[in-house]
Amino acid sequence: MNESESHFFSSKKSNSEVKGKIFIGITQLAVILIIAILFIILGIIIYQGRTKFSWEFISTFPTNGMTEGGIFPALIGTFILVVVMSIAAVPFGTITALYLTEYASENSKFAAAVRFSVRTLAVVPSIIFGLFGLGFFIQFLGAGADTVFNDGQLRWGQPNILWASLTMSLLTLPVIIVSVEESLKTIPRELREASLALGATKWQTIKKVVLPGSVSGIMTGTILAVSRGAGEVAPILFTGAAYYLATLPGSLSDQFMNLGYHVYIMSTQSSDVEKTMPIQFATTLVLLILTLSLNVVAVIIRSRIRRRAK
Amino acid sequence: MKDIKIKVNDLSLYYGEKKALNEITMDIPANKVTALIGPSGCGKSTFLRCINRMNDLISNVSITGQMLVEGVDIYDKNVDVVNIRKKIGMVFQKSNPFPKSIYENIAYGPRINGINNKAELDEIVEKSLRQAAIWDELKDRLEDSALGLSGGQQQRLCIGRTLAVSPDIILMDEPASALDPISTSKIEELIHELKEQYTIIIVTHNMQQAARTSDHTAFFYMGNLIEMGKTNSIFTKPMQKQTEDYITGRFG
Amino acid sequence: MDSQLPIKQSFTKESLKKKFRLSEFLAEKIISSIAFLSIAIIFLIFIFVFKESLPLFSLGSDAKAKTEAQATTANKPESYGASSEELKPEVYGAETTEDLKPESYGAETTQELKPETYGSETAANDDLKPESYGDTPKEDLSVAPADEMMNEASQNQEGSDKTWSTFFSTEWVPVSDNPRFGLMGLLIGTLKVTIIAMLIAGPLAVLAALFTSCFASKRVKEIIKPIIEMLAAFPSVVIGFFALMVLASFFQDVFGYDSRLNAFIGGVAMALAAIPIIYTISEDALASVPKTYTEASLALGASKWQTAFFVVLPAATPGIFAALLLGVGRVFGETMIALMATGNAALLSANPFESVRTFAATIGSEMAETVFGETHYSVLFFIGSLLFIFSFALNAVAEFYVKGKLLKKFQGK
Repeated sequence: MNESESHFFSSKKSNSEVKGKIFIGITQLAVILIIAILFIILGIIIYQGRTKFSWEFISTFPTNGMTEGGIFPALIGTFILVVVMSIAAVPFGTITALYLTEYASENSKFAAAVRFSVRTLAVVPSIIFGLFGLGFFIQFLGAGADTVFNDGQLRWGQPNILWASLTMSLLTLPVIIVSVEESLKTIPRELREASLALGATKWQTIKKVVLPGSVSGIMTGTILAVSRGAGEVAPILFTGAAYYLATLPGSLSDQFMNLGYHVYIMSTQSSDVEKTMPIQFATTLVLLILTLSLNVVAVIIRSRIRRRAK
Repeated sequence: MKDIKIKVNDLSLYYGEKKALNEITMDIPANKVTALIGPSGCGKSTFLRCINRMNDLISNVSITGQMLVEGVDIYDKNVDVVNIRKKIGMVFQKSNPFPKSIYENIAYGPRINGINNKAELDEIVEKSLRQAAIWDELKDRLEDSALGLSGGQQQRLCIGRTLAVSPDIILMDEPASALDPISTSKIEELIHELKEQYTIIIVTHNMQQAARTSDHTAFFYMGNLIEMGKTNSIFTKPMQKQTEDYITGRFG
Repeated sequence: MDSQLPIKQSFTKESLKKKFRLSEFLAEKIISSIAFLSIAIIFLIFIFVFKESLPLFSLGSDAKAKTEAQATTANKPESYGASSEELKPEVYGAETTEDLKPESYGAETTQELKPETYGSETAANDDLKPESYGDTPKEDLSVAPADEMMNEASQNQEGSDKTWSTFFSTEWVPVSDNPRFGLMGLLIGTLKVTIIAMLIAGPLAVLAALFTSCFASKRVKEIIKPIIEMLAAFPSVVIGFFALMVLASFFQDVFGYDSRLNAFIGGVAMALAAIPIIYTISEDALASVPKTYTEASLALGASKWQTAFFVVLPAATPGIFAALLLGVGRVFGETMIALMATGNAALLSANPFESVRTFAATIGSEMAETVFGETHYSVLFFIGSLLFIFSFALNAVAEFYVKGKLLKKFQGK
């Protein structure tokens, strides 16, 4: 599609023209390569995973030392994880975004520090969140709570679904903040002014005009965060994910199984990696379907918001 | 001088270091329409936004001087800006209805003032829409989205929304600049009717509109108030050369 | 004004008097404090990750003691032959008395001198909190005869040096009689994987970004951009799994090397994780080059590719640099892919087809097996602190240096 460009002015093939063609060709090749890799991964996982993938697979427990059966508890564990995570992360993320767009003045050093922190949070390796979860939630908060409320009996001072979810919520906080902030910025200033000119206070304006207008942004942020949280494994490695549990978690102080973690242990620590291969691929397929479809939904909502901004 | 609503004394406004309004002193009469005219960037809109303290929203603005409304300096430390805005309504250049129903747009102001009684709200909505001369057009579709209205209807809805909080003064920032001639004339008629009850200050760059609608006219240029007087005399025998140049269209 | 009727007087000082609105006040305070949380989290992460590694930094003896305690827990005393329950006569001789907790001390000496005596770290010792060890030397010193004292002190010194000196060695053997925490092997492994990943991801992503923002038509752009960014939605465990199951065998067939999982496979897989980040940020940087630049160049008769290569690309360099930095940050700290695809052996070799072990993978695979408070645990947290500081610094550089450059470039000096 770019060849026409280099031929535009002269039909004579100059040296520069050839170079240009090659250069553009290389950039094009890079795009094609990346997209090809993406579809190859997708294709292979779908192809290999399809044999085992069934309703039964996602609705039954693993059996026979996890060499047969389904992934139901891992699915449920992941579900609980992202729900608790969202409950913690969405309000905090939304409010932080509100602060940044509505309350922070342009030259505020504090706001700049908040922005910097949010971006830093977004680039901190996920394993660090895991360490933090272990050091802060489990060893500090959990063990502290046990000492104070539980007479030192171990209940909260060990890995569980609550700490894993909270750890994950820190990881996904920037995702929500960025999405909500972006959508808040698309709300026209005129609407805020209209509200204020009618004698509404700032908080009334936020409650009645700004927040209702950012619902789709909050939704996008939540969906993206859920997609991210469902796929991340490193933060929960030692904050609550369990290798195998015969029952579903009954309380927040229980450990849980998780799809991504399941893929990890099945492929690296399973007793018979060859035999369980179809299970591994099918589990990966489920995880991929989950994260990708959530992402597609978020991208669609987001592009709608962007169109509104124009 | 007994009918003076707003008395401005040496009001200057700065954007950071830049002086955007230079020691404006003027009297704005009550229950009359006062037009602010001048080339774009002359400070007329900025001045208008000073009257209900909308410039407070911009972070690096500072203001000196006095703005006395019925003798109360609205820039006094002890004055509540929210109450100021309830008394001094504003209609914007671009119509900006909320993305809610027509009814909810009008009810917005009363609701934030704590009126939640349905009957009372109904009454306010009808009264405001009637005052804004748009009741007959809209009475059967109050629950429709305000965004589905035409530009002219939206602007009259916004005027109705402003009236619903029963202000004393209405500021209009080029309310008809984005509208077709028919809608514009409807708005102008409306302004004419409203001045019975309200003090209206309108910014416009449309000279005919100023001549048609206003009783007094103030001419701004480069942040200065050049001249103010009865609209008649401003347009027929202006005192200042700059005013005359602008009005006759000889302005650079 | 005075003559105005009272009914009409709606602007009075009283009616306009400033009101205190509680909800308003609370809303602002709560919202600002919650915003503060993001800053607090950064500090908390640093504090708590660093805190757990702190024992390594306290007085040498302290850290040493932990090493010892850990060694003891990890080891079966049987393997020590000569070791007796309470005594380490080999080292300490007469000085040893139970109440002085000489074990902690002796242990240090032992490690220095003859590792075989480790077993003397007794079971009794295991109950002791490692922290209590810190005080021991003083006690010891006060009781010990003068020459012993000197001896002790110097040994102590050497001991603390030793903990640190193992960091610069190459062997990573955290669980053994003689645990060694050689970070060099891990560092080299991490660097190897990072370099391989960046050599693949950097050019690919930047070229793809260049195509997207300079050559692609609007319609094509709207298709490829979301597709490439979709790659960011692939969980790293999925990429790791793909590398482990598919890529590893494929490349082994192609190149015929020995270890199926190695730095190269890890690098390729991590490139997949880094590509969307580098691509998105580079594309933003390229797209934010002012139109006037390109127009001026095109108007001077330069072709589209010349404009892209000689005008747009140089103008966007700071942004692309930032993109690459963040890409490095992503690869450097990536855990799951490293765990699954690099082979996890801390070998010291320049060969890209040998197995490696990265910092992040080490934390990920070993943390679950450590015991709270032991040296291994602290060392893993110490590695975590390093990773955190590193990614923090990368981000800070990307943010401030690059932003400053961009401002200079586009707004004049």
